[in-house]
Amino acid sequence: MNLDWHVFLNDDGGGRTYLEWMLQSWGWTLSVAGCAYVVAMITGVIVGTARTLPNSPWLVRLANAWVELFRNIPLLVQIFLWYFVLPKVFPAMQKVPGFALVVLALGFFTSARIAEQVRAGIQALPKGQRYAASAMGFTTAQSYRYVLLPMCFRIIMPPLTSETMNMLKNSSVAFAVSVAELTWFYTQAAEETSKGIEIFLGVTALYIISAFAVNRVMAFIEKRIQIPGFIVAGGTGGGH
Amino acid sequence: MGGLDLSFVNWDIISKFVVNGFWFSVQLTVIATLGGIALGTVLALMRLSGSKVLALPATIYVNGMRSIPLVMVILGFFLLVPFLIGRPIGAELSAIITFVAFEAAYFSEIMRAGIQSIPRGQVHAGQAVGMTYSQNMRLIVLPQAFRNMLPILLTQTIILFQDTSLVYAIGAYDLLKGFTTAGKIYGRPEEAYILAALVYFVICFGLSYLVKKLQTKIAIVR
Repeated sequence: MNLDWHVFLNDDGGGRTYLEWMLQSWGWTLSVAGCAYVVAMITGVIVGTARTLPNSPWLVRLANAWVELFRNIPLLVQIFLWYFVLPKVFPAMQKVPGFALVVLALGFFTSARIAEQVRAGIQALPKGQRYAASAMGFTTAQSYRYVLLPMCFRIIMPPLTSETMNMLKNSSVAFAVSVAELTWFYTQAAEETSKGIEIFLGVTALYIISAFAVNRVMAFIEKRIQIPGFIVAGGTGGGH
Repeated sequence: MGGLDLSFVNWDIISKFVVNGFWFSVQLTVIATLGGIALGTVLALMRLSGSKVLALPATIYVNGMRSIPLVMVILGFFLLVPFLIGRPIGAELSAIITFVAFEAAYFSEIMRAGIQSIPRGQVHAGQAVGMTYSQNMRLIVLPQAFRNMLPILLTQTIILFQDTSLVYAIGAYDLLKGFTTAGKIYGRPEEAYILAALVYFVICFGLSYLVKKLQTKIAIVR
């Protein structure tokens, strides 16, 4: 089978080469994943923390419901709900650009997974940590801010890394509502050029490079925030 | 609520449009799970075999599959098959092959962890009573690994069921497509999405509840 890599230098009819178009799509993939990651981290940490609060049963229930809701509906269906259904039910949302809707869909979907990891991380901490914080006179907010969450993040770095890489892969579902990211580029370019294999390999390479880069960055962060003498491998944070 | 009307749904529409799609989603989930576990176990054994010739291709396959989005694999395979064998295969068959191949990578990681979770002493005990490698795997290691891994395998199956909705990319007729088709014909696309979400939610929530129950049961036995 002969591969014809010159296809990437061909003009797409709009004054740019397919290579340029592919790199622009890569930018969209990274933007969707990056913005959604911010949404997912902020909501995920808040919801995950709420699930472990000691004296707020209603907040715990609400946060649990949040996780179940966003975890049990396929991402594609959630994207359709945000993109087609919500603007119809709430006409004010019709002005929101499609990109933002997809970011919210992907962000909230992932927030459920991050919330689950944050909950598991906090609950994996020895009870003594919470008691020690109370003994120091910390309020609940302070003990989360200064004791529980900093420890929790170090424990959940490995699953958080794979969730971050999932984020990148899941951003591909945005093609279904024509966000101009890599997968959408593939469907368009493969059809226009009928060089499906070359385009596929190019797009796949970019996905692999992105995933690898995320992996290295997370590994770097994990190393930087390590506390000497505190081994967290495997998520076993202290004895029970 | 901005003009939503769910009253168009009745049993006729469900049985005409949705049941077929639901059936395909279930079939795809079951075949991909069983096929994925079978192929995944082989891949896991290759990686744990200690032989570089076996381990390297399995490692490349698993890591490669795990770094590409599922949608890309579904689309890629569907569009590439005509190049490779000279004629297109149906979207449904294409989806089944893709899912088995893709999920095998994920199941192989689960199986690898499961096999490694079996204490070395078990393997040594098997060798001590004169078992061959395959007897040892078949009679000692894999049965225990499967039991340890059962909750995670089932959770992966639930995720897999959700992922079957991605066959949207190649137009295969699944549960989601059943609802959207009905929605299009009756001019109620938004309501169709809501109903689809509801059905997925009820199924996945119910199944994960059962898995949670099973998990506590297994944990006590162990």
